[in-house]
Amino acid sequence: MKGRVLVVDDDTALAEMLGIVLRGEGFEPSFVADGDKALAAFREVKPDLVLLDLMLPGRDGIEVCRLIRAESGVPIVMLTAKSDTVDVVVGLESGADDYIVKPFKPKELVARIRARLRRSEEPAPEQLGIGDLVIDVAGHSVKRDGHSIALTPLEFDLLVALARKPWQVFTREVLLEQVWGYRHAADTRLVNVHVQRLRSKVEKDPERPEIVVTVRGVGYKAGPS
Amino acid sequence: MSGNGAAPERGVGRPVETAGGISLFRRLWRAGQMLSDGAAAGPVHPLLRLYVRWVRRPLLPAMRLWRRNIQLRVVATTLLMSVGVVLLLGVVVIGQVRNGLLEAKRHASLSQAEGGFKAARDAADAAGDTRGQDAQSGSRSGTDPGAWLTAQVQQLSSGGQGVYHVVALSSGGGDLAYGDPGYGDVSSAGARGPRASGDIDPEASIPADLRKQLDTKTGALWKSASVKHNSSDEGEPALVVGKRMYDPNGKAYQLYYLFPYTQEEKSLGLVRGTLATAGVFVVVLLGAIAWLVVRQIVTPVRMAASISERLAAGVLQERMKVTGEDDIARLGEAFNKMAQNLQVKIQQLEQLSRMQRRFVSDVSHELRTPLTTVRMAAEVIHEAREDFDPVTARSAELLYGQVDRFESLLADLLEISRFDAGAAALEAEPVDLRDVVNRVIEGALPLADRKGSRLLVRGAEQPVTAEADSRRVERVLRNLVVNAVEHGEGRDVIVRLATAGGAVAVAVRDYGVGLKPGEATRVFNRFWRADPARARTTGGTGLGLSIAVEDARLHGGWLQAWGEPGGGSQFRLTLPAAAGDTLRGSPIPLEPEDSRRNRGLNDAGVPLAVTGRSGGVPPQGSGLTPVPPQAKNVPAVDPAALPGSGARVVARAGGQGHAQDGGKPAAGAAEERAGEREGRARGR
Repeated sequence: MKGRVLVVDDDTALAEMLGIVLRGEGFEPSFVADGDKALAAFREVKPDLVLLDLMLPGRDGIEVCRLIRAESGVPIVMLTAKSDTVDVVVGLESGADDYIVKPFKPKELVARIRARLRRSEEPAPEQLGIGDLVIDVAGHSVKRDGHSIALTPLEFDLLVALARKPWQVFTREVLLEQVWGYRHAADTRLVNVHVQRLRSKVEKDPERPEIVVTVRGVGYKAGPS
Repeated sequence: MSGNGAAPERGVGRPVETAGGISLFRRLWRAGQMLSDGAAAGPVHPLLRLYVRWVRRPLLPAMRLWRRNIQLRVVATTLLMSVGVVLLLGVVVIGQVRNGLLEAKRHASLSQAEGGFKAARDAADAAGDTRGQDAQSGSRSGTDPGAWLTAQVQQLSSGGQGVYHVVALSSGGGDLAYGDPGYGDVSSAGARGPRASGDIDPEASIPADLRKQLDTKTGALWKSASVKHNSSDEGEPALVVGKRMYDPNGKAYQLYYLFPYTQEEKSLGLVRGTLATAGVFVVVLLGAIAWLVVRQIVTPVRMAASISERLAAGVLQERMKVTGEDDIARLGEAFNKMAQNLQVKIQQLEQLSRMQRRFVSDVSHELRTPLTTVRMAAEVIHEAREDFDPVTARSAELLYGQVDRFESLLADLLEISRFDAGAAALEAEPVDLRDVVNRVIEGALPLADRKGSRLLVRGAEQPVTAEADSRRVERVLRNLVVNAVEHGEGRDVIVRLATAGGAVAVAVRDYGVGLKPGEATRVFNRFWRADPARARTTGGTGLGLSIAVEDARLHGGWLQAWGEPGGGSQFRLTLPAAAGDTLRGSPIPLEPEDSRRNRGLNDAGVPLAVTGRSGGVPPQGSGLTPVPPQAKNVPAVDPAALPGSGARVVARAGGQGHAQDGGKPAAGAAEERAGEREGRARGR
C-alpha cells in the first residue's frame, strides 16, 4: 500500500504528533505549515492523501482544498475543530472527501486514512451501467456517449456503489459504511454534500436528477438505465 | 330611606331603558354575527335570518370601513353636528327676523290705520255737520249712510293700492241689514252690510272674536288672520286692525284695515333661502375642513402605524419623516428616537450573540487543537504502558482515561453554550425512529453486557416516522439508554416506541434505583447528580440530560422523567411528527402501567381494563390522591414529587425553581394527560 501523506497544519506540536502516529502505522508523512506553500508542497510530494487543517495562516484550508481539487482527485481529509454545520458543509463543498473533528482518536484517524486509500487496491475488471452512463470500474472511468466525465475517487466510488445494485435503495448510513468505511453511523451530511457534487458532474440537469435519484425519507438509488 | 326611594328609581329608570334598547340592538347584531359565522346552534327566528340577509350583510363592508377609518368617522361626526348647529341657527335667525319684521309691520300698520280711522272720524263728523245743515235746508242728498259708508271705504282704500284693504262691518254682532226703511234703497247689501275694498270676502276674513271684542272695547285692536279673497279659496296671511267707528248718523260700525304680509313673506323667504344656501355651504365647507384637518393628523399617524409594522417585521432602519416643530413632529421625533434605541439595542444583542458564538467557536478551536495532541500523545503512551514500571503505567492509564473525560466534558460544555447562544440549528428530515433506536441499542450493547442488563424494544412493529434531526435524537436516546443501563442495576431496560395523534414518543424504562420524590424535575439540571455519595462508575459529564432537554426543545418536543424510589424510572421523549407542530399529547403515558401505584390499584381489586383506560395515569392534580399502601414512605408534602409528575421540558424555568412550582405543573400535567389518553385511544 502506498502511504505518502501530506499533513497541512500550522500547529507544530500536533503536526509532530501526527507524524509520530502516522509513521507508527507505516505511512510516510511530510509536513507543510503554511497555506501559501501547501500547493507547492503538494506538487513536490505527490502524496496519496492530504490531511488538511481548515484554519491555516496565509491561504485558509478551504482555499487550499479547492486548489488541490482543481488539479487532482487525490483524497483529502479535513481536520476541523468546528463541528458546526456551516463549516463542515463549506469544507466538503470545496472538495474534501471526508472530515474528522478534533479531538480525534489516533485509531479513528488511521481508519479514515486507510478507508480513503483502500480503493487504490486493484479492482476486478467490471463494466457497469447507470442511466446513460457507462462505468469502467477497473479503468476508473465514466463515459457518456463516449465522452469521459472526470470524477474524484470518492465520487467514483459513490457512483459505483449505487450502480452495482440499481434495485436497492441506499440509506445514507449504508452509503457511509460502503463508500466511506464508517462502521458506526456518522454525519449524513457527508453523503448529502457528495451526492450534490456528484450530481453536478454527471446529471444533465442537476435540478432534476436522473442518475442519482432521491427516495424521500429513505435515501438514494440509481436511476433507471 | 324609603321616602326618597322613588326619585332615584325614576332617575335610574331612564338609563336602564336606553341600555335595554341598546342591548336589544346589540343582541340583534350579535345574533347576526353568530349566524353569519355559522356557529349558531339551535333554531333561529326566521325574522333574524331575514334581518341578517337583507340588512346586516350589505352593511358589513361599510361597518368595517366605519370601524377602521377614523377620518371617515370624524368627518361624518363633524357633518352631523354642523348640520345640527346650522339648523338650530337657521331656526333662531329666522324667528328673530320674523319677529322684527312683524313688529315693524305692526308699527307701520297701526299708525297707518290710526290715520285712516282719524280720517273716517273726520269724514263722519263733517258729514254729520253737513247733514244737520241739509236737514235744516230740507235737502236729503248725500246723507244716505249706506252710500256714505261705501264711499268712505273706497276713499280710505284708495290710498293703499295693494298695500292694504279696508273692510267695514256693522257693529253689534249682527251684520245683517236690519230693514230700516230709511236704508232700504241702499245698493249692495244694505246700509249696514259689509263693505270691502278690492275682492276681499269681508265675512270670512275678519276673525269673529275680534269683532266681538270690538263691540265692547273702544280703541284700535289688531290681530293676525287669514284674509280670504273672493276669487280664490286660499287665505292670505295679514294683519287686521279694527276699530269701532260711528257713521254720520251716530250709528256704530266697525272699520278694519287689512295689511297683507306679502312683503314680509317675501323678505322672510329671501332670508330663508339665503340662510339655507349659506348653511349648505357652511356644512360642506366644515366637512371639507374636518377632512383636511383630520388628514393632517391621520396621515402621520398612519405613517407611524405602517412604519411600526415594518419595524416589527425587522426593518430596523425605517424612520418617520419629521418636518416642523409641532406635536406631530414631536411624535415623529420620539418615534424615531425609540426606533433608534431599539435598533441600537437589537444590534447590541446581535453583536453579543455573534461574539458569544464567535467566542465559543474560538474556544472550541483553541482548546481542541492542543487537546488533540494531548490525546494522541496519551494514546501513544497508553499503548506503550506495558514497557513502563507499574507506577508510570498506572499514570498512563489515568492520563488516558481522564483525557477522554476531559474531552467529553469539553464537547458537552461547547454544546450547551451553543444552545445558550441560540446557535443550535435543527436539521429536520423524515426519520424512522426504529433505525435510530436500533443504532443506539447496538451502541449500548457492550455496556449492557457488562452490567448484565437485557435491552428490549417494544412497539417496533410498524414505522415510527417523524421529521427530526436524527443526530440529535440519537444523542438524546443514547443518553437515556446509557443512563437506564447504568442505573438499571442489571435488570431489563425496555425501550418503547409509539406514534399517534401527530406525535411520536420513545420511552426508556428501567427497574433500577429509580428516582426520589422531586428528582424527576431535577435530573435535567446541569451537573445534577442523583446521589453525590455514589461512585461515578461511568463518569458522565453531568450535562447529558441538560443537552437532551435542549435537543428535545429544539424539536418542539418534550423530555420528561418519571420515577419511584426503588421502582425504577421512565424517561419519555415526545416529538411532533411534523417539524414545527405543537405537541398536544404523547402516545405513551409518562407513568408506566407497571408502576407500583398502578399495580397497587390492580391488586386492590379495581378491574385492569378500567384502570388501563382511565387510570393508566391516575389523577393526581390535587396532590391528595391516596397513596397506595406500598408507597407509604412517599412524603405527600411536595405534589410535584409524587410519582408521575414529570418535568415538562417546555417549562425549564419552573424546573429549575422547582420548589415553587408544586401546583403549576399539576394542571399542565393533567391537561397533558388528557391528551395522552386521547392519543392512546387513537393509537389503538
